[in-house]
Amino acid sequence: MSGLLRRLGLYAIAAWAALTLDFLLPRLMPGDPAAALFARVQGRLAPEAMAALKATFGATDAPLWQQYIDHIGKLASGDLGTSLAFYPAPVSAVVGSGLGWTVFLAGGALIIAFALGSALGAWAAWRRGATERILAPALSLLGAFPYFWLAMAAAWGLGVELRWFPARHAVGADVDPADTLAWCLSVAQHAALPALTLVLSSLGGWLLTMRGAMGAVLGEDSVRYALARGLSPRRILLGHALRGALLPSLTAFGMAIGFVLGGALLTEVVFSYPGTGYLLLVAVRAQDFPLLNALFLVITLAVLGANALVDTVTTLLDPRTRRAAE
Amino acid sequence: MSTGMRGGERLGWGILGLFGLMALIGPALLGDPSAFVDRPLLPPSAAHWLGTNGQGQDVWAQLVCGARATLSLGLGVGLGVVGLGAFLGGLSALRGGLLDQALSLLTNIALVLPGLPLMVVLAAYLPPGPFTIFAVLLATGWPWHARVIRAQALSLRDRDFVLAARGLGEPLWRIVLVEILPNMRGVLRSGVVGAALFAIGAEVGLEFLGLGDLGAVTWGTMLYWASNDSALLTGAWWTFGPVGLAIALVGFALTLLTTGQEGGGRASAAAPQPTPVEAADV
Repeated sequence: MSGLLRRLGLYAIAAWAALTLDFLLPRLMPGDPAAALFARVQGRLAPEAMAALKATFGATDAPLWQQYIDHIGKLASGDLGTSLAFYPAPVSAVVGSGLGWTVFLAGGALIIAFALGSALGAWAAWRRGATERILAPALSLLGAFPYFWLAMAAAWGLGVELRWFPARHAVGADVDPADTLAWCLSVAQHAALPALTLVLSSLGGWLLTMRGAMGAVLGEDSVRYALARGLSPRRILLGHALRGALLPSLTAFGMAIGFVLGGALLTEVVFSYPGTGYLLLVAVRAQDFPLLNALFLVITLAVLGANALVDTVTTLLDPRTRRAAE
Repeated sequence: MSTGMRGGERLGWGILGLFGLMALIGPALLGDPSAFVDRPLLPPSAAHWLGTNGQGQDVWAQLVCGARATLSLGLGVGLGVVGLGAFLGGLSALRGGLLDQALSLLTNIALVLPGLPLMVVLAAYLPPGPFTIFAVLLATGWPWHARVIRAQALSLRDRDFVLAARGLGEPLWRIVLVEILPNMRGVLRSGVVGAALFAIGAEVGLEFLGLGDLGAVTWGTMLYWASNDSALLTGAWWTFGPVGLAIALVGFALTLLTTGQEGGGRASAAAPQPTPVEAADV
């Protein structure tokens, strides 16, 4: 158990490091980005918003440690400041809406890719040979394309040329949100292409993880014994091998939650899908530092939290890691 | 060299060599890739092999000149990241004690922070340009290599020949240069290949977001302009298709090099950064 505690401690320290980085970046970066920001928005913001902005980015007389304590206190109370790109919306509202879309799109794609890839991987481990020789090179070639390029190709080919699915945005502009059925249909149609490219680009990883783990489990004595007893391959695969082989994939699932929140970024940009990744780009282009910092912090904390959760679950599930950790 | 090389590895070197040649001599033959040569968004033809982009520039000339910028940055970051990782990882392993613990903690923190958002935020606060991309990739790419090299150096540290050199009173820098580094050639080599793969992918991604030097011609900025000039909506596939293919070929070649090595499997490069948490037990 002490190994798990140590890992949770690492996540806590990393979270603190992210908080501190968030605080220090606008203050320490060369070229004084904060000053440029004030000059740009001078006169466009309400006076109290301007004062809050200056306090957030270190243009006050307070000593650094005082600013740091204020910064942490504000974050703890959920006050992330005011967005400049979406002025006068508060940053927390902007981030919240983006988070919803990202969790929907990338979370759904993750679950599909995990299930499909693991099933294919288990099958590939069972039937070695021809699949082996074709599958691995084909997947590494597919994996070599930048995944946002796959997204561009899908948006052009399936979205613009063939018009199968809409290539931009999360929901049609002419759809009335009150009409629930039409709205859900429009959301599903808009999610099809981005989800397809996310699944395609991550399928190979799941497949290879599962194939490796399954290959190792199939060589174990318990499986040979089951074979010798004359159990059907189907029962061996589903009843015996799968349980043992699922753990590495489960660990990878935790890592992939990071990919969900951070990695779907470029796909969202290609499809103008209004999730956290797209917002991050909007924040960068508009030099909206309050939004930028908040997005970085929220994504990082979510990733660390997900990893901590998965580590706890796998430690509790797997007697081997439990013993190794003691 | 060629005797032990497998088919895949030879193919990898072949592809890389072709692109290297293109990057070296191509730009001299094709002239200014930023010049306005014809009407915008012309499809491929005899005059313009890959057509023209949204600004009336020749896509083929841009692809060739972009290869130089993109590949040299990839190689530079690959060497830089592994160099930094080797320095920090080696220092950590050989000095031990408090320094080792502090550096290992720093490495582990850097490994659990999500990479792409961190890169975007760092790049957003720095003035845009090739140096920014280089600095950001260096700052986010080293931890993985520091960890691998530290582990490797730890296993070498207590081997007989290193202990003998220490017993003879050799200075630490000499032990590192003469005894330890030559025995880590394999790890360092696959590290550079993996880091170059990471660097090219991340560079293209950051530049696609508009965080690079938009005036320069690189594969990443080509994709940025393709998406900005709505190439997708007008159906101008030639402005982004060939670039992606070039990136994929280079990435595929680098993957072949990493898998071609002894005991390599799908090592460091292809499967990005396996679980960092095991190293928490320092």
